[in-house]
Amino acid sequence: MKSFITYLKQIFWGLRSLVKGMSVTGYYFTHPKEIITQQYPENRESLKMFDRFRGEVVLLHDENNEHKCTGCSACEVACPNGTIEIISKRIDVEGRKVKAIDQFVYHLQMCTMCGLCIPACPTDAIVMANTFEHAVFDRSKLTKILNNPGSKIMDGIK
Amino acid sequence: MAIAGVAFMILFAILGIVLVYAERKISAFFQLRLGPMRVGKWGTAQTIADVIKLLLKEPHINKDADKFLFNLAPFVIMISAFLAMAALPFAKGLQALDFDIGIFYISAMSSIGVVGILLAGWSSNNKYSLIGAMRAGAQIISYELSVGLSLLTIVVLTGSLQLSTIVESQADGWWIFRGHIPAAIAFLIFLIASTAETNRGPFDMAEAESELTAGFHTEYSGMKFAFFFLAEFANMFIVAAIGATVFLGGWMPFHIPAFAGFNEVMDFIPPIVWFFGKTSFLIFMMMWFRWTFPRLRIDQLLTLEWKYLLPISLVNILFMAFLSLMGWHF
Repeated sequence: MKSFITYLKQIFWGLRSLVKGMSVTGYYFTHPKEIITQQYPENRESLKMFDRFRGEVVLLHDENNEHKCTGCSACEVACPNGTIEIISKRIDVEGRKVKAIDQFVYHLQMCTMCGLCIPACPTDAIVMANTFEHAVFDRSKLTKILNNPGSKIMDGIK
Repeated sequence: MAIAGVAFMILFAILGIVLVYAERKISAFFQLRLGPMRVGKWGTAQTIADVIKLLLKEPHINKDADKFLFNLAPFVIMISAFLAMAALPFAKGLQALDFDIGIFYISAMSSIGVVGILLAGWSSNNKYSLIGAMRAGAQIISYELSVGLSLLTIVVLTGSLQLSTIVESQADGWWIFRGHIPAAIAFLIFLIASTAETNRGPFDMAEAESELTAGFHTEYSGMKFAFFFLAEFANMFIVAAIGATVFLGGWMPFHIPAFAGFNEVMDFIPPIVWFFGKTSFLIFMMMWFRWTFPRLRIDQLLTLEWKYLLPISLVNILFMAFLSLMGWHF
Protein backbone atom coordinates (compact mmCIF):
# COMPACT_ATOMS: atom_id res chain seq x y z
CA MET A 1 0.00 0.00 0.00
CA LYS A 2 2.79 2.38 0.94
CA SER A 3 4.63 1.70 -2.28
CA PHE A 4 1.42 2.30 -4.22
CA ILE A 5 1.06 5.73 -2.59
CA THR A 6 4.70 6.49 -3.49
CA TYR A 7 3.89 5.43 -7.06
CA LEU A 8 0.95 7.83 -7.27
CA LYS A 9 3.04 10.58 -5.67
CA GLN A 10 5.75 10.07 -8.27
CA ILE A 11 3.22 10.43 -11.07
CA PHE A 12 1.78 13.56 -9.48
CA TRP A 13 5.16 15.25 -8.94
CA GLY A 14 6.36 14.21 -12.37
CA LEU A 15 3.32 15.71 -14.07
CA ARG A 16 3.62 18.83 -11.92
CA SER A 17 7.23 19.44 -12.93
CA LEU A 18 6.37 18.83 -16.60
CA VAL A 19 3.56 21.39 -16.45
CA LYS A 20 5.91 23.83 -14.73
CA GLY A 21 8.46 23.48 -17.53
CA MET A 22 5.80 23.86 -20.19
CA SER A 23 4.49 27.03 -18.54
CA VAL A 24 7.96 28.57 -18.76
CA THR A 25 8.32 27.85 -22.48
CA GLY A 26 4.66 28.76 -23.00
CA TYR A 27 5.37 32.15 -21.46
CA TYR A 28 8.25 32.67 -23.87
CA PHE A 29 6.11 31.58 -26.82
CA THR A 30 3.34 34.04 -26.00
CA HIS A 31 5.67 36.96 -25.27
CA PRO A 32 7.55 37.84 -28.48
CA LYS A 33 8.98 40.92 -26.72
CA GLU A 34 11.34 38.62 -24.82
CA ILE A 35 13.11 37.54 -28.03
CA ILE A 36 16.80 38.33 -27.74
CA THR A 37 17.84 37.75 -31.36
CA GLN A 38 19.03 40.92 -33.11
CA GLN A 39 18.67 41.36 -36.87
CA TYR A 40 22.16 42.69 -37.41
CA PRO A 41 22.53 44.42 -40.76
CA GLU A 42 19.01 45.81 -40.51
CA ASN A 43 19.41 47.30 -37.05
CA ARG A 44 22.84 48.74 -37.75
CA GLU A 45 21.69 52.31 -37.05
CA SER A 46 20.17 51.54 -33.68
CA LEU A 47 22.54 48.77 -32.64
CA LYS A 48 24.01 49.32 -29.20
CA MET A 49 26.77 46.98 -28.15
CA PHE A 50 27.28 45.98 -24.55
CA ASP A 51 29.59 47.82 -22.16
CA ARG A 52 31.86 44.84 -21.64
CA PHE A 53 32.14 44.02 -25.35
CA ARG A 54 35.78 44.20 -26.48
CA GLY A 55 36.10 45.45 -30.04
CA GLU A 56 39.44 47.23 -30.43
CA VAL A 57 41.92 49.24 -28.37
CA VAL A 58 41.62 53.01 -28.61
CA LEU A 59 43.70 55.73 -27.09
CA LEU A 60 41.42 58.34 -25.56
CA HIS A 61 41.87 61.95 -26.63
CA ASP A 62 40.08 64.91 -25.08
CA GLU A 63 38.84 68.00 -26.94
CA ASN A 64 42.29 69.68 -26.79
CA ASN A 65 43.78 66.69 -28.63
CA GLU A 66 45.51 65.55 -25.46
CA HIS A 67 45.90 61.97 -24.27
CA LYS A 68 47.11 60.37 -21.06
CA CYS A 69 49.75 58.03 -22.48
CA THR A 70 53.18 58.47 -20.91
CA GLY A 71 54.88 55.98 -23.17
CA CYS A 72 55.76 53.67 -20.28
CA SER A 73 55.25 50.55 -22.47
CA ALA A 74 53.37 48.65 -19.73
CA CYS A 75 50.70 47.68 -22.27
CA GLU A 76 53.33 46.48 -24.70
CA VAL A 77 54.74 44.21 -21.99
CA ALA A 78 51.30 43.00 -20.95
CA CYS A 79 50.25 42.10 -24.49
CA PRO A 80 50.63 38.32 -25.01
CA ASN A 81 51.03 38.46 -28.80
CA GLY A 82 52.90 41.63 -29.62
CA THR A 83 49.94 43.61 -30.83
CA ILE A 84 51.03 46.90 -29.30
CA GLU A 85 54.26 48.64 -30.23
CA ILE A 86 55.22 51.87 -28.47
CA ILE A 87 57.70 54.03 -30.32
CA SER A 88 58.87 56.65 -27.83
CA LYS A 89 60.86 59.83 -28.10
CA ARG A 90 62.49 62.27 -25.71
CA ILE A 91 60.96 65.69 -25.36
CA ASP A 92 62.06 68.75 -23.43
CA VAL A 93 59.85 69.66 -20.50
CA GLU A 94 61.08 72.59 -18.41
CA GLY A 95 64.66 71.92 -19.33
CA ARG A 96 64.53 68.15 -18.62
CA LYS A 97 64.42 65.32 -21.13
CA VAL A 98 61.19 63.34 -20.59
CA LYS A 99 60.02 60.15 -22.30
CA ALA A 100 56.88 60.51 -24.43
CA ILE A 101 55.19 58.54 -27.22
CA ASP A 102 56.01 59.24 -30.78
CA GLN A 103 53.69 56.56 -32.20
CA PHE A 104 51.31 54.17 -30.46
CA VAL A 105 51.22 51.37 -33.07
CA TYR A 106 48.38 48.90 -32.80
CA HIS A 107 48.34 45.76 -35.00
CA LEU A 108 44.66 44.90 -35.10
CA GLN A 109 45.30 41.77 -37.18
CA MET A 110 47.19 40.23 -34.26
CA CYS A 111 44.90 41.34 -31.46
CA THR A 112 42.85 38.64 -29.74
CA MET A 113 40.78 41.20 -27.80
CA CYS A 114 41.92 39.71 -24.51
CA GLY A 115 41.93 43.15 -22.87
CA LEU A 116 45.06 42.57 -20.75
CA CYS A 117 46.52 45.92 -21.85
CA ILE A 118 43.66 47.90 -20.29
CA PRO A 119 44.32 47.08 -16.60
CA ALA A 120 48.08 47.24 -17.25
CA CYS A 121 47.92 50.93 -18.12
CA PRO A 122 48.90 53.00 -15.04
CA THR A 123 47.20 56.18 -16.32
CA ASP A 124 44.03 54.66 -17.87
CA ALA A 125 44.95 56.08 -21.23
CA ILE A 126 43.57 53.22 -23.34
CA VAL A 127 40.15 51.57 -23.36
CA MET A 128 38.39 48.84 -25.32
CA ALA A 129 35.91 50.30 -27.81
CA ASN A 130 32.61 48.66 -28.85
CA THR A 131 33.21 48.80 -32.58
CA PHE A 132 33.43 45.48 -34.38
CA GLU A 133 33.20 46.06 -38.14
CA HIS A 134 36.91 45.78 -38.78
CA ALA A 135 36.92 44.07 -42.20
CA VAL A 136 39.07 45.85 -44.79
CA PHE A 137 40.38 44.90 -48.22
CA ASP A 138 44.01 45.77 -47.52
CA ARG A 139 45.93 44.14 -44.71
CA SER A 140 48.13 47.19 -44.15
CA LYS A 141 45.05 49.15 -43.06
CA LEU A 142 44.86 46.96 -39.96
CA THR A 143 48.06 48.47 -38.55
CA LYS A 144 46.86 51.60 -36.84
CA ILE A 145 48.57 54.50 -35.13
CA LEU A 146 46.39 55.31 -32.20
CA ASN A 147 47.69 58.72 -31.16
CA ASN A 148 46.27 61.54 -33.25
CA PRO A 149 48.77 63.61 -35.23
CA GLY A 150 49.90 66.61 -33.22
CA SER A 151 48.52 65.28 -29.96
CA LYS A 152 50.38 65.64 -26.71
CA ILE A 153 50.20 64.39 -23.20
CA MET A 154 47.86 66.03 -20.70
CA ASP A 155 49.31 68.23 -18.01
CA GLY A 156 50.00 66.53 -14.72
CA ILE A 157 50.16 62.96 -16.07
CA LYS A 158 53.43 61.29 -15.18
CA MET B 1 -8.12 6.24 -57.08
CA ALA B 2 -5.28 7.71 -59.16
CA ILE B 3 -6.54 11.22 -58.38
CA ALA B 4 -6.64 10.34 -54.68
CA GLY B 5 -3.07 9.08 -54.90
CA VAL B 6 -1.86 12.29 -56.55
CA ALA B 7 -3.78 14.33 -53.99
CA PHE B 8 -2.08 12.47 -51.15
CA MET B 9 1.32 13.00 -52.74
CA ILE B 10 0.68 16.74 -53.02
CA LEU B 11 -0.62 16.80 -49.46
CA PHE B 12 2.53 15.00 -48.36
CA ALA B 13 4.81 17.53 -50.04
CA ILE B 14 2.84 20.50 -48.70
CA LEU B 15 2.77 18.99 -45.21
CA GLY B 16 6.52 18.51 -45.27
CA ILE B 17 7.21 22.08 -46.33
CA VAL B 18 4.68 23.67 -43.99
CA LEU B 19 5.51 21.56 -40.95
CA VAL B 20 9.27 22.02 -41.27
CA TYR B 21 8.75 25.78 -41.42
CA ALA B 22 6.31 25.64 -38.49
CA GLU B 23 8.68 23.53 -36.44
CA ARG B 24 11.60 25.87 -37.01
CA LYS B 25 9.55 28.96 -36.27
CA ILE B 26 7.79 27.53 -33.21
CA SER B 27 10.98 26.10 -31.75
CA ALA B 28 12.61 29.49 -32.24
CA PHE B 29 9.84 31.27 -30.36
CA PHE B 30 10.03 28.76 -27.51
CA GLN B 31 13.75 29.48 -27.21
CA LEU B 32 13.56 33.28 -27.50
CA ARG B 33 14.90 33.24 -31.04
CA LEU B 34 13.43 34.48 -34.30
CA GLY B 35 14.04 31.43 -36.48
CA PRO B 36 14.45 31.71 -40.26
CA MET B 37 14.03 35.35 -41.28
CA ARG B 38 16.09 35.89 -44.43
CA VAL B 39 14.56 33.88 -47.29
CA GLY B 40 11.28 35.52 -48.17
CA LYS B 41 9.13 37.55 -45.83
CA TRP B 42 9.55 36.12 -42.31
CA GLY B 43 11.62 33.32 -43.83
CA THR B 44 8.58 31.68 -45.45
CA ALA B 45 10.56 30.47 -48.47
CA GLN B 46 13.26 28.91 -46.29
CA THR B 47 11.97 25.33 -46.57
CA ILE B 48 11.60 25.61 -50.35
CA ALA B 49 15.24 26.67 -50.51
CA ASP B 50 16.11 23.73 -48.26
CA VAL B 51 14.25 21.30 -50.55
CA ILE B 52 16.17 22.60 -53.58
CA LYS B 53 19.43 22.24 -51.67
CA LEU B 54 18.58 18.65 -50.67
CA LEU B 55 17.60 17.77 -54.25
CA LEU B 56 20.95 18.99 -55.57
CA LYS B 57 23.02 17.14 -52.99
CA GLU B 58 25.09 14.06 -53.75
CA PRO B 59 23.39 10.83 -52.65
CA HIS B 60 26.40 9.29 -50.97
CA ILE B 61 26.44 5.57 -50.13
CA ASN B 62 28.80 4.14 -47.56
CA LYS B 63 31.41 1.80 -49.09
CA ASP B 64 30.52 -1.18 -46.89
CA ALA B 65 26.81 -0.52 -46.82
CA ASP B 66 24.26 -3.08 -47.97
CA LYS B 67 23.27 -1.06 -51.02
CA PHE B 68 19.89 -2.64 -51.74
CA LEU B 69 18.59 -2.33 -48.18
CA PHE B 70 20.21 1.08 -47.83
CA ASN B 71 18.20 2.38 -50.77
CA LEU B 72 15.07 0.53 -49.73
CA ALA B 73 14.83 1.86 -46.18
CA PRO B 74 13.64 5.43 -46.91
CA PHE B 75 10.96 4.07 -49.21
CA VAL B 76 9.66 1.62 -46.59
CA ILE B 77 9.25 4.50 -44.17
CA MET B 78 7.57 6.70 -46.77
CA ILE B 79 5.23 3.92 -47.88
CA SER B 80 4.15 3.17 -44.33
CA ALA B 81 3.35 6.85 -43.81
CA PHE B 82 1.39 6.93 -47.09
CA LEU B 83 -0.57 3.80 -46.22
CA ALA B 84 -1.49 5.14 -42.81
CA MET B 85 -2.50 8.50 -44.19
CA ALA B 86 -4.84 6.92 -46.73
CA ALA B 87 -7.33 5.96 -44.02
CA LEU B 88 -7.60 9.37 -42.36
CA PRO B 89 -11.07 10.98 -42.49
CA PHE B 90 -10.47 14.58 -43.58
CA ALA B 91 -14.13 15.52 -43.83
CA LYS B 92 -17.51 13.86 -44.31
CA GLY B 93 -16.95 11.44 -47.19
CA LEU B 94 -13.46 12.80 -47.86
CA GLN B 95 -11.63 9.62 -47.00
CA ALA B 96 -9.71 7.43 -49.41
CA LEU B 97 -10.11 4.14 -47.53
CA ASP B 98 -12.89 3.66 -44.99
CA PHE B 99 -12.17 0.24 -43.51
CA ASP B 100 -14.36 -1.19 -40.79
CA ILE B 101 -11.12 -1.79 -38.87
CA GLY B 102 -9.75 1.69 -39.54
CA ILE B 103 -7.99 2.28 -36.21
CA PHE B 104 -6.41 -1.16 -36.27
CA TYR B 105 -5.27 -0.57 -39.84
CA ILE B 106 -3.68 2.81 -39.05
CA SER B 107 -1.83 1.57 -35.98
CA ALA B 108 -0.61 -1.47 -37.95
CA MET B 109 0.59 0.65 -40.86
CA SER B 110 2.31 3.26 -38.73
CA SER B 111 4.31 0.52 -37.02
CA ILE B 112 5.65 -0.72 -40.36
CA GLY B 113 7.80 2.40 -40.30
CA VAL B 114 10.01 0.81 -37.67
CA VAL B 115 11.02 -1.80 -40.24
CA GLY B 116 12.39 1.00 -42.36
CA ILE B 117 14.28 2.43 -39.41
CA LEU B 118 15.77 -0.97 -38.57
CA LEU B 119 16.75 -1.50 -42.22
CA ALA B 120 18.39 1.90 -42.34
CA GLY B 121 20.34 1.22 -39.16
CA TRP B 122 21.41 -2.25 -40.21
CA SER B 123 22.37 -1.52 -43.81
CA SER B 124 24.44 1.58 -42.98
CA ASN B 125 27.16 -0.63 -41.46
CA ASN B 126 27.72 1.95 -38.77
CA LYS B 127 27.57 1.29 -35.04
CA TYR B 128 25.79 4.54 -34.27
CA SER B 129 23.13 3.80 -36.86
CA LEU B 130 22.63 0.30 -35.53
CA ILE B 131 22.33 1.44 -31.89
CA GLY B 132 19.89 4.15 -32.95
CA ALA B 133 17.81 1.69 -34.96
CA MET B 134 17.72 -0.84 -32.12
CA ARG B 135 16.63 1.86 -29.71
CA ALA B 136 13.94 2.95 -32.13
CA GLY B 137 12.74 -0.64 -32.40
CA ALA B 138 12.55 -1.14 -28.64
CA GLN B 139 10.85 2.21 -28.21
CA ILE B 140 8.23 1.89 -30.92
CA ILE B 141 7.30 -1.68 -29.98
CA SER B 142 6.88 -0.63 -26.34
CA TYR B 143 4.91 2.53 -26.92
CA GLU B 144 2.69 0.91 -29.55
CA LEU B 145 0.98 -0.89 -26.63
CA SER B 146 0.04 2.29 -24.85
CA VAL B 147 -1.15 3.97 -28.04
CA GLY B 148 -3.30 0.96 -28.88
CA LEU B 149 -4.75 0.68 -25.38
CA SER B 150 -5.57 4.38 -25.13
CA LEU B 151 -7.34 4.22 -28.50
CA LEU B 152 -9.20 1.09 -27.36
CA THR B 153 -10.45 3.04 -24.34
CA ILE B 154 -12.49 5.17 -26.73
CA VAL B 155 -13.41 2.21 -28.91
CA VAL B 156 -15.14 0.81 -25.80
CA LEU B 157 -17.50 3.77 -26.05
CA THR B 158 -17.96 3.84 -29.82
CA GLY B 159 -18.30 0.10 -30.25
CA SER B 160 -16.70 0.39 -33.67
CA LEU B 161 -13.22 0.50 -35.15
CA GLN B 162 -14.39 2.29 -38.29
CA LEU B 163 -13.08 5.85 -38.35
CA SER B 164 -16.12 7.36 -40.04
CA THR B 165 -18.43 5.78 -37.44
CA ILE B 166 -16.21 7.05 -34.63
CA VAL B 167 -16.46 10.58 -35.99
CA GLU B 168 -20.24 10.29 -36.49
CA SER B 169 -20.66 9.08 -32.92
CA GLN B 170 -19.21 12.38 -31.66
CA ALA B 171 -21.96 14.54 -33.14
CA ASP B 172 -23.35 15.27 -29.66
CA GLY B 173 -19.96 16.02 -28.12
CA TRP B 174 -16.40 14.90 -28.42
CA TRP B 175 -15.36 11.77 -26.56
CA ILE B 176 -12.80 13.62 -24.47
CA PHE B 177 -15.71 15.51 -22.84
CA ARG B 178 -18.30 12.74 -22.90
CA GLY B 179 -15.93 10.11 -21.53
CA HIS B 180 -14.70 12.58 -18.86
CA ILE B 181 -12.05 11.14 -16.45
CA PRO B 182 -10.95 7.94 -18.25
CA ALA B 183 -11.07 9.66 -21.63
CA ALA B 184 -8.90 12.49 -20.35
CA ILE B 185 -6.39 10.00 -18.91
CA ALA B 186 -6.42 8.07 -22.18
CA PHE B 187 -5.87 11.29 -24.12
CA LEU B 188 -2.87 12.18 -21.96
CA ILE B 189 -1.39 8.70 -22.39
CA PHE B 190 -2.05 8.88 -26.12
CA LEU B 191 -0.22 12.22 -26.37
CA ILE B 192 2.83 10.92 -24.51
CA ALA B 193 2.97 7.53 -26.22
CA SER B 194 2.37 8.87 -29.71
CA THR B 195 5.13 11.44 -29.27
CA ALA B 196 7.38 8.52 -28.43
CA GLU B 197 6.09 6.51 -31.37
CA THR B 198 7.04 9.20 -33.86
CA ASN B 199 10.60 9.24 -32.44
CA ARG B 200 10.38 12.90 -31.52
CA GLY B 201 11.85 14.67 -28.55
CA PRO B 202 11.89 14.15 -25.58
CA PHE B 203 11.83 10.54 -26.83
CA ASP B 204 14.23 10.96 -29.78
CA MET B 205 16.54 8.26 -28.49
CA ALA B 206 16.85 6.90 -32.03
CA GLU B 207 18.46 10.13 -33.20
CA ALA B 208 20.12 11.34 -30.00
CA GLU B 209 22.46 13.65 -31.87
CA SER B 210 24.60 14.28 -28.80
CA GLU B 211 25.51 10.60 -28.43
CA LEU B 212 24.75 8.90 -31.77
CA THR B 213 25.45 11.78 -34.22
CA ALA B 214 22.09 11.24 -35.95
CA GLY B 215 21.17 7.65 -35.13
CA PHE B 216 19.70 5.58 -37.92
CA HIS B 217 20.06 8.25 -40.64
CA THR B 218 23.70 9.15 -39.94
CA GLU B 219 24.89 7.79 -43.29
CA TYR B 220 22.09 9.20 -45.41
CA SER B 221 22.42 12.35 -47.45
CA GLY B 222 20.49 14.34 -50.00
CA MET B 223 16.96 13.31 -50.87
CA LYS B 224 17.13 10.00 -49.01
CA PHE B 225 17.80 11.90 -45.82
CA ALA B 226 14.96 14.23 -46.74
CA PHE B 227 12.65 11.20 -47.01
CA PHE B 228 13.37 10.28 -43.39
CA PHE B 229 12.78 13.85 -42.41
CA LEU B 230 9.55 14.03 -44.39
CA ALA B 231 8.35 10.72 -42.97
CA GLU B 232 8.93 11.99 -39.44
CA PHE B 233 6.73 14.99 -40.08
CA ALA B 234 4.14 12.91 -41.92
CA ASN B 235 4.03 10.48 -38.98
CA MET B 236 3.59 13.38 -36.62
CA PHE B 237 0.66 14.58 -38.72
CA ILE B 238 -0.87 11.10 -38.84
CA VAL B 239 -0.59 10.60 -35.10
CA ALA B 240 -2.07 14.03 -34.42
CA ALA B 241 -4.86 13.32 -36.90
CA ILE B 242 -5.71 10.02 -35.19
CA GLY B 243 -5.75 11.76 -31.83
CA ALA B 244 -7.97 14.50 -33.22
CA THR B 245 -10.31 11.97 -34.83
CA VAL B 246 -10.70 9.66 -31.87
CA PHE B 247 -10.61 12.08 -28.93
CA LEU B 248 -11.50 15.49 -30.36
CA GLY B 249 -14.19 14.56 -32.87
CA GLY B 250 -12.26 14.67 -36.15
CA TRP B 251 -14.05 16.88 -38.63
CA MET B 252 -17.12 17.06 -36.37
CA PRO B 253 -17.82 20.65 -35.24
CA PHE B 254 -17.99 21.50 -31.55
CA HIS B 255 -21.52 20.66 -30.44
CA ILE B 256 -23.28 21.06 -27.11
CA PRO B 257 -26.58 19.13 -27.16
CA ALA B 258 -28.56 21.75 -25.20
CA PHE B 259 -27.74 24.78 -27.40
CA ALA B 260 -29.20 24.32 -30.89
CA GLY B 261 -28.31 27.87 -32.01
CA PHE B 262 -24.70 27.51 -30.93
CA ASN B 263 -24.47 24.19 -32.76
CA GLU B 264 -25.74 25.77 -35.98
CA VAL B 265 -23.16 28.55 -35.77
CA MET B 266 -20.48 25.90 -35.31
CA ASP B 267 -21.79 24.01 -38.36
CA PHE B 268 -20.98 27.01 -40.56
CA ILE B 269 -17.26 26.35 -40.09
CA PRO B 270 -16.39 23.74 -42.74
CA PRO B 271 -15.40 20.27 -41.47
CA ILE B 272 -11.99 20.39 -43.15
CA VAL B 273 -11.14 23.48 -41.08
CA TRP B 274 -12.17 21.66 -37.91
CA PHE B 275 -10.07 18.66 -38.84
CA PHE B 276 -6.93 20.63 -39.67
CA GLY B 277 -7.47 22.95 -36.71
CA LYS B 278 -7.60 20.11 -34.21
CA THR B 279 -4.71 18.31 -35.89
CA SER B 280 -2.50 21.38 -35.86
CA PHE B 281 -3.40 21.96 -32.21
CA LEU B 282 -2.11 18.49 -31.38
CA ILE B 283 0.98 19.01 -33.56
CA PHE B 284 1.61 22.22 -31.66
CA MET B 285 1.35 20.33 -28.37
CA MET B 286 3.92 17.80 -29.61
CA MET B 287 6.25 20.60 -30.65
CA TRP B 288 5.75 22.19 -27.25
CA PHE B 289 6.79 18.91 -25.60
CA ARG B 290 9.81 18.62 -27.84
CA TRP B 291 11.18 22.07 -27.18
CA THR B 292 10.53 22.00 -23.43
CA PHE B 293 11.60 18.64 -22.07
CA PRO B 294 15.11 17.20 -21.99
CA ARG B 295 15.71 13.87 -23.72
CA LEU B 296 15.12 10.72 -21.69
CA ARG B 297 17.73 8.04 -21.17
CA ILE B 298 16.90 4.65 -22.73
CA ASP B 299 16.23 3.00 -19.34
CA GLN B 300 14.06 5.92 -18.22
CA LEU B 301 12.19 5.65 -21.50
CA LEU B 302 11.35 2.00 -21.01
CA THR B 303 10.59 2.54 -17.31
CA LEU B 304 8.09 5.21 -18.24
CA GLU B 305 6.32 2.85 -20.62
CA TRP B 306 6.36 -0.44 -18.73
CA LYS B 307 6.00 0.84 -15.17
CA TYR B 308 3.76 3.84 -15.68
CA LEU B 309 1.93 4.21 -18.98
CA LEU B 310 1.05 0.57 -19.59
CA PRO B 311 -0.36 -0.25 -16.10
CA ILE B 312 -2.25 3.03 -16.01
CA SER B 313 -3.79 2.48 -19.42
CA LEU B 314 -4.76 -1.10 -18.49
CA VAL B 315 -6.52 0.10 -15.34
CA ASN B 316 -7.99 2.96 -17.31
CA ILE B 317 -9.53 0.71 -19.97
CA LEU B 318 -11.09 -1.40 -17.20
CA PHE B 319 -12.45 1.77 -15.60
CA MET B 320 -13.85 2.88 -18.96
CA ALA B 321 -15.50 -0.49 -19.55
CA PHE B 322 -17.13 -0.26 -16.12
CA LEU B 323 -18.27 3.30 -16.82
CA SER B 324 -19.63 2.29 -20.18
CA LEU B 325 -21.54 -0.67 -18.71
CA MET B 326 -23.08 1.50 -15.99
CA GLY B 327 -23.89 4.19 -18.55
CA TRP B 328 -22.09 6.86 -16.57
CA HIS B 329 -20.65 8.62 -19.61
CA PHE B 330 -22.57 11.39 -21.30
